[in-house]
Amino acid sequence: MDILVCAKRVPDTSENEIELNRAGNDIERDDLVYSVNEADNYAVEEALQIADRTGGKVTVVTVGSDDDEEILRREMAMGAHQSVLLSDDAFTGSDGKGIATVLKAFVQKRPYDLILTGVQAEDGAAQVGGMLAALLDYPFASLVNSIEVLDGKKLKVCREIAGGDKEMSEIDLPCVLSIQTGINEPRYVGMRGIRQVASVEIPTLGAADLGVDAGAVGEAAAKVKRADYFVPALGKGAEMLAGSSEEIADKLIELMKAKGGLN
Amino acid sequence: MARIFAYIEHKGGVAEDSAAELAAAARKIDANASPTAIVTGWGTELDAVCEGLRATYAEVWKIANASLAYPNAELIRKALVKVLPAGSIVLAPHDHFGIDLSPGLSIKLNAAFVSDVTAIDGAEGTYLKLVRQEFGGQVSTHVRCDISSGAVLNLRGGAFKPLDTAPVGGHVIDKSAEVADLVAGRRYLETLVPEAGDVDITKEPVLVSIGRGIQEQDNVAIAQELADAMGAAVSCSRPVVDAKWMPKSRQVGSSGQTVKPKIYLACGISGSFQHLAGLKGSPFIVAINKNPRAPIFQVADVGIVADILEFLPELTNKVREMKKVSV
Repeated sequence: MDILVCAKRVPDTSENEIELNRAGNDIERDDLVYSVNEADNYAVEEALQIADRTGGKVTVVTVGSDDDEEILRREMAMGAHQSVLLSDDAFTGSDGKGIATVLKAFVQKRPYDLILTGVQAEDGAAQVGGMLAALLDYPFASLVNSIEVLDGKKLKVCREIAGGDKEMSEIDLPCVLSIQTGINEPRYVGMRGIRQVASVEIPTLGAADLGVDAGAVGEAAAKVKRADYFVPALGKGAEMLAGSSEEIADKLIELMKAKGGLN
Repeated sequence: MARIFAYIEHKGGVAEDSAAELAAAARKIDANASPTAIVTGWGTELDAVCEGLRATYAEVWKIANASLAYPNAELIRKALVKVLPAGSIVLAPHDHFGIDLSPGLSIKLNAAFVSDVTAIDGAEGTYLKLVRQEFGGQVSTHVRCDISSGAVLNLRGGAFKPLDTAPVGGHVIDKSAEVADLVAGRRYLETLVPEAGDVDITKEPVLVSIGRGIQEQDNVAIAQELADAMGAAVSCSRPVVDAKWMPKSRQVGSSGQTVKPKIYLACGISGSFQHLAGLKGSPFIVAINKNPRAPIFQVADVGIVADILEFLPELTNKVREMKKVSV
């Protein structure tokens, strides 16, 4: 089964505190550590495991700029067979539909049996997978936390719904699935693996290569635009305990006693 | 102003809480709006839901179809595309169903889509000004959304307070005839309920809850020792379950358990809305996190900026000393 995984490079929130820049129009991007979006990495692992079982190749694609090549390399070090960067000035400022439109053009050039995305990007909206499916008229399932290949034509998928309940469905191929974190245990990628793919040529495709109408993507076509970033005025907020850690622990114990949590 | 529709989720013949929240949100778009409820389903349950909605919505569109007895987003999308007028604004809850439905619906309606909206700052001409969050709630953004060809907006649960208005005595309009046979590439089979865990965190009065800040599996013992000293149980947030360091039955949040303890110690938990959605009954929340900007500090009663790997063992020792003295 040939599988396409759509991935995104994002600021890594486990490595950074996200703050506003001085102008307030963006987050402070100096010194940010970027990585592959966590859910997307689970999607790549899932694709690799399915390809191991069924045969076929895993391709990782991202829409972005040269900076984004690093996550494609990382996912190739993990085992993805190939990767493609979709990059063009015309794509800049695209909203979710714009990104999905670029991906649709790529898929139409070279069809896949299965397309995976992460459920949501850290700086995203859980939207591109569902949009891509609708543009391609493929079936779609979100929040998928297990996949069983039934035969060459359909899958049995489990969606994680409220309360941790598992919604089981059958879905026809080709389809688009958005993958929930925790579906598997993504394999470790060491420096050695990264070095092995360091010089692999990663093809870049632009609007003309893909046959994308530049007017249908990018800022001009975007109906949804981020105007600014801000940190909302806090409500009451927590009473912050200060002092030495011993003093803090004493105060906390008194508070928990008063609330009936310690006796 | 475009006509506003609210997609109503329901269970067991009763509309979800989101039904009243969507009606309130419609008034944030247009103070004079009279939003229309759209309900899909089958049988007497569907009729009961429609009847109940007459108190909140002046018009309730009922779409009855045997294939919609279970809410399959692909089938519902096809039904909505058939009945919705061009340029409509559609409101839906941002949850496991809305995430499944709305992005694709927006494509088929050629409408704008914004997910997880937390506030609506009103309209300017054909633009709506919306608020949403990024990076797990660490920062918010204003979003300008062009609604000239309609919009689909997924709204965060709990973000819009239901209006306290007298029952409107709405009427139900049966739109079922406009929706003929529906076929989907995805077919619902069954719902499996997860097995109960060794500890029922929904019944525990005190929870020591750990998040990403616990860093590795071996450190879970640090939280367990504190919980043992306090007579509490250990629960956790999603990343701990994703990493397989604790079973799913210990997860607090919208896709885990809903807990209602007296005291909740959030240790190394950033405080995403999905996590907070699992906390009910106004517990006394203590947040311990080394990131002073962690969103959890906005909702906690008491906050401590510290590395839990250092602070929890110290707290455990103090609790043990206290217990010795009191015995």
